[in-house]
Amino acid sequence: MYPIIKRKELNPTVTLLEVKAPRVAKKAKAGQFIILRVDEAGERIPLTVADTNPEAGTVTIIFQIVGATTEKLNHIPEGGSLHDFVGPLGVPSRIEGLKKVAVVGGGVGCAIAYPIAKALHQQGTEVHSIVGFRNKDLVILEEEFKNASDLVKIMTDDGSYGEKGLVTNALKELIDSGEQYDEVIAIGPLVMMKFVAQLTKEYGIKTTVSMNPIMIDGTGMCGGCRLTVGGKTKFACVDGPDFDGHEVDFDEAIQRSRMYFETERHHHEETCNLFKGVE
Amino acid sequence: MPNMSLEKNKMPHQDPNVRNKNFQEVALGYTLEQAKDEAERCLGCKHKPCVGGCPVAIDIPAFIAKIKEEDLEGAYEIINRSSSLPAVCGRVCPQETQCEAKCVRGIKGEPVAIGRLERFVADWHRLNVEKEPALAAKNGHKVAVIGAGPAGLTCAGDLAKAGYEVTVFEALHVAGGVLVYGIPEFRLPKAIVHAEIDKLKKIGVTIETNTVVGKAVSVDELFSEGFEAIFIGSGAGLPRFMGIPGENFNGVFSANEFLTRINLMKAYRDDANTPVHHGKNVAVVGGGNVAMDAARCAKRLGAENVYIVYRRSLDEMPARKEEVEHAMEEGIIFKTLCNPVEITGNENKFVSGMKCVEMELGEPDASGRRRPVEKPDSEFMLDVDCVIMSIGTSPNPLIKSTTEGLETNAHGCIVTNEGGLTSREGVYAGGDAVTGAATVILAMGAGKTAAQSIDEYLKNK
Repeated sequence: MYPIIKRKELNPTVTLLEVKAPRVAKKAKAGQFIILRVDEAGERIPLTVADTNPEAGTVTIIFQIVGATTEKLNHIPEGGSLHDFVGPLGVPSRIEGLKKVAVVGGGVGCAIAYPIAKALHQQGTEVHSIVGFRNKDLVILEEEFKNASDLVKIMTDDGSYGEKGLVTNALKELIDSGEQYDEVIAIGPLVMMKFVAQLTKEYGIKTTVSMNPIMIDGTGMCGGCRLTVGGKTKFACVDGPDFDGHEVDFDEAIQRSRMYFETERHHHEETCNLFKGVE
Repeated sequence: MPNMSLEKNKMPHQDPNVRNKNFQEVALGYTLEQAKDEAERCLGCKHKPCVGGCPVAIDIPAFIAKIKEEDLEGAYEIINRSSSLPAVCGRVCPQETQCEAKCVRGIKGEPVAIGRLERFVADWHRLNVEKEPALAAKNGHKVAVIGAGPAGLTCAGDLAKAGYEVTVFEALHVAGGVLVYGIPEFRLPKAIVHAEIDKLKKIGVTIETNTVVGKAVSVDELFSEGFEAIFIGSGAGLPRFMGIPGENFNGVFSANEFLTRINLMKAYRDDANTPVHHGKNVAVVGGGNVAMDAARCAKRLGAENVYIVYRRSLDEMPARKEEVEHAMEEGIIFKTLCNPVEITGNENKFVSGMKCVEMELGEPDASGRRRPVEKPDSEFMLDVDCVIMSIGTSPNPLIKSTTEGLETNAHGCIVTNEGGLTSREGVYAGGDAVTGAATVILAMGAGKTAAQSIDEYLKNK
């Protein structure tokens, strides 16, 4: 069992958990992920490592309630524990030698973008963070991004906070104003990453995206996480999760992410009703 | 007077049309009477040819003699001396090419049903004997085993019996390897696997699940944690795909993914949290035991038509004859001499069909089997909405890529000597990680050999 040391709701649908997992805490680097199971009969879900504390032996994860399992995860109190927690999985983000980077995060993807911004900042890279949310209530990690960046742009779809617009608008503006980035690192919904990659391709700026497809084991065994990158099949769990955004077949990835859409939705509704009965 | 019947006592089975709708065990096991009657068919040959056919060298005539005497615990003790997982082997070993292939009774008629007798004895022990196993005196040496599959568990069991302090590191959340994620419940009930693993824990084996060696900890770090020798039994878990167009459509799975969802994650049960795709018409590509397992699972999930699509003929099929027969009885349709060339998809990118070509057999190839050659203009469409690729697996490169000086061959298999020693001192390996995908019992044999080598190495160190 893996105890939950700290639990904090970042917004109504996004929660942070600090979990005791000493072996993972010692090894995990920015860009890597873990797989957890909530209970004995739980499914295995991958979540990116948001932060680690090797001395305390803890790993921070941030998740959004999107289905039955994250709903259950959100109901475990501080002091409770997770049945399983394995990692670190995947290849760490390659950030050595970068001088100036634009980190683009969308929604809960900011939870993954933040540790990368932090790692870049710590190695002395100039970091411009562009983070987008649907509205003011959903903004997360604002302080953290400010501490890890030389410039932060907050975008909201409805203009209720920061600037109104999409992250791609802000990125385009910065590039057009003469900012020269070695690389753009984009993490968020598939559609957002697709459009960031389309934009940066026009400007010829190298772009890395972090893929989070359906997977089971996370060690290369099931192949459920496969995607097409540069015409070749790759496994996100062992070859990624970071890939060249200009090479990823996003349309295919979007289709594949919908494999269990109907089943999942049904399952989530059932779980919600279950919790409603309890509360 | 021995029983001179030319045929084995038949194994009682669930009716094919009942069992193809449930996940309960297909073969029901001998009764005591059947077991004793079958045991009487054994001639108790002095030269014991059957033992030579067993990768873990169980004293077969001796345990069968105990069944004749109705000393079932005595029979169990003889088997257990050589095998850590008898209830598993009695079910999934290909006895027909091993012990039973060497049986003198097989020269005229059917060999003695050694596998069924082994299963009978192991099941009897599990259901009737509650005895704490004897603990070996600890010798103070620590050994790490990577992977809790058949090879690792056997190696761990043998070393624990010899007094070593053994820790098994397992990447998944439960121990068992292919026994829990691959082989379906109806062929190997998971309660049996868990019972065998509990026995290992009782003799002192520690199992650390959720630990990926190569990620959370490296082989070299295990040495610095105080382990004096390491056994790698990480298996061959990487699925292969064909590389044909359409393989990434929704509804195309590796057999690993399909079986893992069903067996490890219990997706066949109504209370499961992990989903699995219920195809209406399913094609399983491949002709091995894994393909049979996948096809029979698909049928049990309610598919109307399940096809085995195999490019050679029935004679070349690598699956056990028994598995092929069971699949046929359950209504699996065999499309042999048939090869997929493309998977087609609908507007939502879900599988809508599979384009195949007919094959014929040409000259023998490197494997000694006749090479399948495409028949010209033989293309046809198979109406399916789900495709399961079961064309083999390769060793996982995770440990190789994080262990300096660990030699592997062109296929990614770890290179060892006959004793299981790798190119690194104190590091041993066995099972599918060394041979590529093979059988449970060969992996167990390799685990056993390595345990002996590790014992010798640490005694002389």
